[in-house]
Amino acid sequence: MAQVAMRSLNKKFDEVHVVKDVNIDIDDKEFVVLVGPSGCGKTTTLRMVAGLESITSGRVLINDKVVNDLAPMDRDIAMVFQNYALYPHMSVYDNMAFGLKMRKFDRAEIQKRVREAAEILGIYDYLHRKPRQLSGGQRQRVALGRAIVRHPQVFLFDEPLSNLDAKLRVQMRVELKKLHERLGTTAIYVTHDQVEAMTLGDRVVVMRDGWVQQVGDPMTLYNEPANRFVAGFIGSPAMNFANVRITGENGGVWAEGDGIRLKVPGHMSNRLGGHAGKAMTLGIRPEDLRIARESDPAELNLGAVVEVVERLGSEILLDVAVGPVTMVASVEPTNTAKVHEKLQLAVNPERLHFFDSESEAAI
Amino acid sequence: MIEGARWRRWVFFHIPLMLFIVGLLFPFYWMIVTTVRPDNELYRPWNAANYTPFWTMHPTLEHIRDLLTETLFSTWMMNTMLIATVSTVISLICGLFAGYALSRLKFPFAGSIGTGIFITYLVPQTLLFIPLADIIRNFHLGDSPWALILTYPTFLIPFCTWLMMGYFKSIPKELEECARIDGAPRWKAMAYIIFPIAIPGILSAGIFAFTLSWNEFIYALVFLSSPEQKTVPVGVTSELVRGDVFYWGELMAGALLGSIPVAFVYSFFVEHYVSGITGSVKG
Repeated sequence: MAQVAMRSLNKKFDEVHVVKDVNIDIDDKEFVVLVGPSGCGKTTTLRMVAGLESITSGRVLINDKVVNDLAPMDRDIAMVFQNYALYPHMSVYDNMAFGLKMRKFDRAEIQKRVREAAEILGIYDYLHRKPRQLSGGQRQRVALGRAIVRHPQVFLFDEPLSNLDAKLRVQMRVELKKLHERLGTTAIYVTHDQVEAMTLGDRVVVMRDGWVQQVGDPMTLYNEPANRFVAGFIGSPAMNFANVRITGENGGVWAEGDGIRLKVPGHMSNRLGGHAGKAMTLGIRPEDLRIARESDPAELNLGAVVEVVERLGSEILLDVAVGPVTMVASVEPTNTAKVHEKLQLAVNPERLHFFDSESEAAI
Repeated sequence: MIEGARWRRWVFFHIPLMLFIVGLLFPFYWMIVTTVRPDNELYRPWNAANYTPFWTMHPTLEHIRDLLTETLFSTWMMNTMLIATVSTVISLICGLFAGYALSRLKFPFAGSIGTGIFITYLVPQTLLFIPLADIIRNFHLGDSPWALILTYPTFLIPFCTWLMMGYFKSIPKELEECARIDGAPRWKAMAYIIFPIAIPGILSAGIFAFTLSWNEFIYALVFLSSPEQKTVPVGVTSELVRGDVFYWGELMAGALLGSIPVAFVYSFFVEHYVSGITGSVKG
């Protein structure tokens, strides 16, 4: 069992600075997900923890011990790769036993551990097969099995589910979660899929252009994004954004933009009060927009024209034009809105987000 | 496969294929017919009444017998086998490690060294044999198998290196990284993971290298002079063509027997060989 810490971690490939001053502390038994768009430095960060990439500056600590100069084999970690990286010339059994053989475990122990792992993962019947005779999901299990037989201190996952089809991915996601609960091993998981990040992670680290944007548990990231990037990246469909200007009139604080005039509720107006006259970005999540009722106050309504209706079954997504911007509203499946229909949308005043237009930081 | 009317298949597929096969196999057929044709048929003028160039009614093995008993052909075969095998093994080992290093290790000028090795392969042997002859003489290696065993790698090593480089690049580097995390130091990852996966590539490089050294002519002609040291290609052409007299029967018998080992090597490894050229590793 292990804690992992990254201190001021930097990585440069020649002149390209891909990981910038990353500081993350991972507790024992914690499942931490690094998430971000491609090229954000998440995989490079993971590879530095694994020892597959040299560290330009900063330190990686496992159990308070600096491991910068330790070879990958001496860090007591196991890694699952995106393309599984199964040894194609070896049987499933030999694939799983390879790490133990290299570490000179005795035969009986190897056999016991491989069988155990194979039973947990449901691949016991395929132990004699070669990887090419397995389906994608089975290969994924073998790759997991190869990692868990070693009983390592830390699991590293590099987008392990991205080669699976959508249905299998959901299934494996659940199994991974169960597996982590059963084994309790510290895990670092890299993905570009924010749904995976939200569902798997005890904590999620959002990265962009090599910088850590925010670290927090999934609901904190969702409800209190630190900046516009995190707000837009976490959540599907993504948060709606509109450019507004903060004004103070009639004793209230208002957010005004093209086709938008919203009264900012009391608790938020205190925070925004100092920004009167400044340009801001307003963020509203699709589920915080609904069809307005008669009783809704006009100062919390948006006039919208329906552009596209997406019926998903459990909900309907309305793509609407609010002034010059397009927004998505998630509404009841019983809604009968038609394309080109004009309607009033009510916003949930408790869940408005404001971001500084220049720094993009949340207000 | 060509689709459409039957005549299209004939015109665009069957007939060209037949022409190709005939063009390819005719020299071998000619070799075999000439080998078993008795001398009195071989030297019959083309306008004689019973002239039959494409077959014979009186097959004989006398040319093969003469070749094996009256010439040093079996010695040449042994020489060629020894030289080709040893130079192939040397080149394969060097090429394997060099190819691995150039494709996997990060070191300064790796790219330009790779290109440099390839360029040395492009230097024509007809130019290179002159300085090499000087070196062979200085080391007193002339007229011994070592003259060829040590000079063949000058073109075999670049060839094997280049081929292996390409093959190693097609093996995902995650396999090796995974092995290293699994606890294998680099040499073990190489020995247990990379080299076994690269067997098709190694076999193709080996077959090519063996064929190149088996068929090599110029160095063998220049560096070997006494009849008992010669290789098959040089021995056959220099000992069986005397002045303007061509011993066609023996020449063709020599060519036929000389091509058997290469054909054998090819057919034995053909499946691995094809996958070595066409395929990489599927995960």
